[in-house]
Amino acid sequence: MSEKVKVTIDGITVEVEPGTSILNAARQIGGDIVPPAMCYYSKLAGSGGKCRTCIVKVSKGSEKDPRPMPKLVASCRTTVMDGMEVQNITSPEVLEARSGVVEMLLINHPLDCPVCDQAGECDLQNLGYEHGLQKTRYEFERRTFERIDIGDKIQLHMNRCILCYRCVFTADQITNKRVHGILNRGDHSEISTYIQTAVDNDFSGNVIDVCPVGALTDKTFRFKNRVWFTKPIDAHRDCPTCSGKVTLWYKGEDVLRVTARKDIYGEVEEFICNTCRFDKKKTADWTIEHPTHISDASVIASNHYETMIPLPVIQEDLRLQQANKVELEKTAKF
Amino acid sequence: MARKLLLEHINVPGIHTLDVYRQKGGYRAVEKALKTLTPDEVVEEVKKSGLRGRGGAGFPTGMKWSFLAKPEGVARYLVCNADESEPGTFKDRYLMTHIPHALIEGMIVASYALGAKTSYIYVRGEMMPQIRILERAIAEAKSAGFLGKNILGSGYDLELYVQPGGGAYICGEETALLESLEGKRGNPRIKPPFPAIAGLYGCPTVVNNVESIAAVVPIINDGGDEYMKIGIGRSTGTKLISASGNLVRPGVYEIELGLPVEEFIYSDEYCGGIANGKRLKATVAGGSSVPVLPANLTLKLANGEPRLMSYESLSEGGFATGTMMGSGGFIAFDEDQCMVRNTWNFARFYHHESCGQCSPCREGTGWMEKVLHRIEYGHGKMSDIDLLVDVAKKIEGNTICPLGDAAAWPVASAIRHFRDEFEWHVREPLKSLETNYGIAKYAEPIAKPEVTTEN
Repeated sequence: MSEKVKVTIDGITVEVEPGTSILNAARQIGGDIVPPAMCYYSKLAGSGGKCRTCIVKVSKGSEKDPRPMPKLVASCRTTVMDGMEVQNITSPEVLEARSGVVEMLLINHPLDCPVCDQAGECDLQNLGYEHGLQKTRYEFERRTFERIDIGDKIQLHMNRCILCYRCVFTADQITNKRVHGILNRGDHSEISTYIQTAVDNDFSGNVIDVCPVGALTDKTFRFKNRVWFTKPIDAHRDCPTCSGKVTLWYKGEDVLRVTARKDIYGEVEEFICNTCRFDKKKTADWTIEHPTHISDASVIASNHYETMIPLPVIQEDLRLQQANKVELEKTAKF
Repeated sequence: MARKLLLEHINVPGIHTLDVYRQKGGYRAVEKALKTLTPDEVVEEVKKSGLRGRGGAGFPTGMKWSFLAKPEGVARYLVCNADESEPGTFKDRYLMTHIPHALIEGMIVASYALGAKTSYIYVRGEMMPQIRILERAIAEAKSAGFLGKNILGSGYDLELYVQPGGGAYICGEETALLESLEGKRGNPRIKPPFPAIAGLYGCPTVVNNVESIAAVVPIINDGGDEYMKIGIGRSTGTKLISASGNLVRPGVYEIELGLPVEEFIYSDEYCGGIANGKRLKATVAGGSSVPVLPANLTLKLANGEPRLMSYESLSEGGFATGTMMGSGGFIAFDEDQCMVRNTWNFARFYHHESCGQCSPCREGTGWMEKVLHRIEYGHGKMSDIDLLVDVAKKIEGNTICPLGDAAAWPVASAIRHFRDEFEWHVREPLKSLETNYGIAKYAEPIAKPEVTTEN
């Protein structure tokens, strides 16, 4: 094993393998200092560098060459050097540039989260909430496209796309033939299948999971429910084509949707096949494991089993326990 | 009469043919390099000459060549960037049209210096006549034994290919050019790795502008020391300037670097002054992507000294009072030209040419264009001007390739220097559609004391 390199991000030092990107080093530290990433996807080689939300300031290049880097850099595509010092949330310059990027991403993105299927699990929504302006400064018509069905299970709505290229990399790397890509140039470029070929492949459904926004959606789930009304449960099955490890999204007794399991950065742990995703929607198809852990920061958690443990303040106070008797009995049943 | 190195024989009839080109001393550099010099000596000579890249960035060519990685058993490539598409720049097209052999000779010497066995000239798709001219010239050179196997008995093999591009401005960015050359979508790559390490097909590659490569020929003929004597300071040699706009004699001129800007515009040897007896209002000194300057700052530096046509002098004063050499696309505007309209025109170009890969440039260029269109057509608001400055600031420096900067600089600089004209457009929307703002104070000498206190 080669020697580890030291990198300091927002004052926190971490030792990482040489060749690690700043973003991944920050993820090893975790917490608030992790730059947001809309296009980088650790499972897809070559992704990243495009959305520019993960930009950081390198205030010291390395131990050998302590000069700061002249421009803000994309942390997902910049490798760490020994002794590098990086500023993310401690640099007002970075935060300003980042809010600029978020503004750019949103000027042509429809602000119709209330009718968008991705709402509640949308990276752009979270980003806009954290860094966006209260009111748009863009006073022109947004660019619009027609919705396209690419295959009978996936719908593409280019209005929402932020051109992160993740789905292109996914199709390149985990399916055996890519039939969609980017057409045109500049702000009229679009993801498309050229002459509307169906994207038809055992693993094509994964483009839905990697999409950071609501541009690619699951037609078997579209408009069935809001994600925060559904309850995610980890489950698995013996699948001949993929690992079979999934998250089932329940509403009452019904499985409304099946997705791959995602980590805290919204990246899937293992890609799943289309049979698991689209065709196995009965509880009987699956071996249930446990409720999926959802971060408390997510709106999905507000309706989640895990959070029904009584709050510490209730546990200590007898009067509060009396007042919440019904709720507590429910929890005990689980 | 200033010395001409590249365009010395431009007016000789038939100079585009191999025979006439050889009579005028052509292909001497190939013979000299291949027979008497080692590749490293050629690189040394170019380093000595101080030649700086003529495509826009001005990076020393010899340095670029010496950075080329040379792993064993891996091919190396030289790619000539002839995707000249900067508005205001047309020198490479002129060179390729009239003396294609100068480029081919330079390509052979440069390829020899870098050890490239295959070299490409990536020509912009719209330049079909130039592509045919180059192909004919390559065929001539090949039949004369300057290309192909065992050139001039030296044991060095070189194949030279011309590749037409699809006509995208972004393919003039070196990594996008390489992507396009590989047959992919012309998106700039994320650097590092730089092309010198992993370029075309993942192999070490050098990408040079047409003029830089052609300039290697006189450097080898006369020696790097001789070349260095021309010019001023770190701006050595001669430079082709594409002069356009409201000039008496627009066209391509070869100048010795260090020529005063005033002489370039007004002397009869060069542009011959402003057409129709008008006065100069503003210039763009190096192609559309460099900051625009008002007439007073074009001719004089902020401290009152004359501004020279050199890399250093043009950028003197940073972005506050300076501009850049760029690719040498010199555009002059007379007093009747509208700076708002011109800025909108440039913004429209960058909006159209943005590749759409990274978000600030993709969305920001379109936004700036729309706001400028609104101001130009009388629907602007005062707040739009600050909005433009802010958007430009958010694009600049936050993109993968320099196109974002190139789109932001003309807008930011136009507002920096011509803010009152923008404000006039907003205040007098109807009047601005009919008349022009005129020259105002843009040609008046700058008040000196103000500047000296800054220093």
